Amino acid sequence: MHPLSPRPAAPPAAALDPRAVRRQFPALAQRVRGVRLAYLDNAATTQKPRAVLRALTAHYARDNANVHRGVHALGARATAAYEAARARVARFLGAADAGEIVFTRGATEAINLVAQSYGRSVLAAGDEVVVTAMEHHSNLLPWRRLCEQTGAHLRVAPVDDRGVLDLAGYERALGTRTRLVAVAHVANALGALNPVAELARLAHARGAVLLADGALAAAHVGGVDVRALGCDFYACSSHKVYGPTGVGALYGRAELLRAMPPWQTGGEMVLAVGDDDVTWAPPPLRFEAGTPPIADAVGFAAALDWLEPLAPAAAAHEQALVTHAAAALAAVPGVRVVGPAARVAVVSFVVDGVHPHDVATVLDDAGVAVRAGDQCAQPLMRRLGLPGAVRASFAPYNTSDEVERLVAAVGRARALLG
Amino acid sequence: MPGVGDLYRAVILEHGKAPRNVGRLGTATHAAEGDNPLCGDHVRVELLVEGERVRAARFEITGCLVATASASLMTEAVGGRSRAEVRALHDAVAATCAGRPQPGGGDLGALAALAAVRDYPSRARCAALPWETLARALEAAPEAGAPDRKPARDPA
Repeated sequence: MHPLSPRPAAPPAAALDPRAVRRQFPALAQRVRGVRLAYLDNAATTQKPRAVLRALTAHYARDNANVHRGVHALGARATAAYEAARARVARFLGAADAGEIVFTRGATEAINLVAQSYGRSVLAAGDEVVVTAMEHHSNLLPWRRLCEQTGAHLRVAPVDDRGVLDLAGYERALGTRTRLVAVAHVANALGALNPVAELARLAHARGAVLLADGALAAAHVGGVDVRALGCDFYACSSHKVYGPTGVGALYGRAELLRAMPPWQTGGEMVLAVGDDDVTWAPPPLRFEAGTPPIADAVGFAAALDWLEPLAPAAAAHEQALVTHAAAALAAVPGVRVVGPAARVAVVSFVVDGVHPHDVATVLDDAGVAVRAGDQCAQPLMRRLGLPGAVRASFAPYNTSDEVERLVAAVGRARALLG
Repeated sequence: MPGVGDLYRAVILEHGKAPRNVGRLGTATHAAEGDNPLCGDHVRVELLVEGERVRAARFEITGCLVATASASLMTEAVGGRSRAEVRALHDAVAATCAGRPQPGGGDLGALAALAAVRDYPSRARCAALPWETLARALEAAPEAGAPDRKPARDPA
């Protein structure tokens, strides 16, 4: 256990210069189809700053070795770097201790880990799991599967016509048999911010634990504090916070992790293997079978070093872009902006008579990269009566000029195809 | 207009916005449904096959302009053709959309407009979906209750 010092209060958000941020991202300097790239698909994955690319290269060039095994110098360095990365993630999320951070392959694996380890050991037939109607498939299907495996029931807290969680409906979904609640911190499809602290309080009042899916939120809410949120588990992915793909983190409260059985088994997660008995390693290693994504964890930490000082200003900058984009898109004839009035990092919209994929192709031709389709949230799209949507999502390197290019290209899609 | 105008050229726009042969055949002998999980497109293709000949084709779709135009052009192109000809057309369109040389090198006529998807790999699946579904419809056993209930076998 490595107790961490409390975090200093965040300084007030200073204005951010997106062009200065942009220069740190080599991928943003390119042209696609002959025009400058406007990368507005940050909710799918963010681009990577040079600091992250350098950290990856430096690790492989100098410290590459397996962790928690070798007695040699490189093994010691790799282990120190990997465990320092764990402490970095703990600090970023506001965890009390680095031992509360489990490295996973991403947010999806973190959620599956909780479902298959915590869920299977706690749920009995007739118990209930509560999710919301706005969840990404990755925070829905692990729970559906868990319910099939255990005979528990899945209850879905409703959303209103704009995709905002219905709080009264959420309270009605909670019952005396509710053991676990899983909610998006920020919904990926529409950018709705859930009041996680309030949802956790209500879940705890019924004896349930709450998992927050922070895949989108982590980079876009100005900083995460799992203790202020009061959540019991928090899942996030490195690649959505400017780090490498292939690694993510699960925060779990120490006493919950200690009581959880292993999920995957193999090397690294075990202390002693007798002929007939096994002693599992304590958390977090108990949940990290096999060689972990070492260099990617180091890159993840570098991304958080890069992001954390910038996070409050980045959130404010993104909010300005989102407000600008939502107003400008709504002014284009035939365009309907969907989702809540208060959005985080994301603006989703539909164009009358034009399929989202056709809109996205015209935008791609103008160098504007967006997401189109069901956003991996098919139940939400059905609820809102949408055939999918086009989603623009923002980062600190995006500019209001790029918002204007988005709006102009949407107008062109409407003129060409509407 | 170069670029995206090449994909959304007149024939695609025309068939995408006002597709032909939409609906169901009361007399369908073969049918299949297909999905593109990437974008949620869904298509149903129905055929009236008499002996070795496709007499008529219809479709229903929830999908983008490219998939809709592809289905419309397809149902126009296959009417009156033999199973072997339909299969050859399927192969030629699949090759063209993937940017491969066409087997046989024949002229695709209006279907050549679909070739532009090769510059948009993420959209090639949209153009291919109706054709893949057509191929499965032809392979499927005749619909129960259909007028032509002879076992469907392609001699080619």
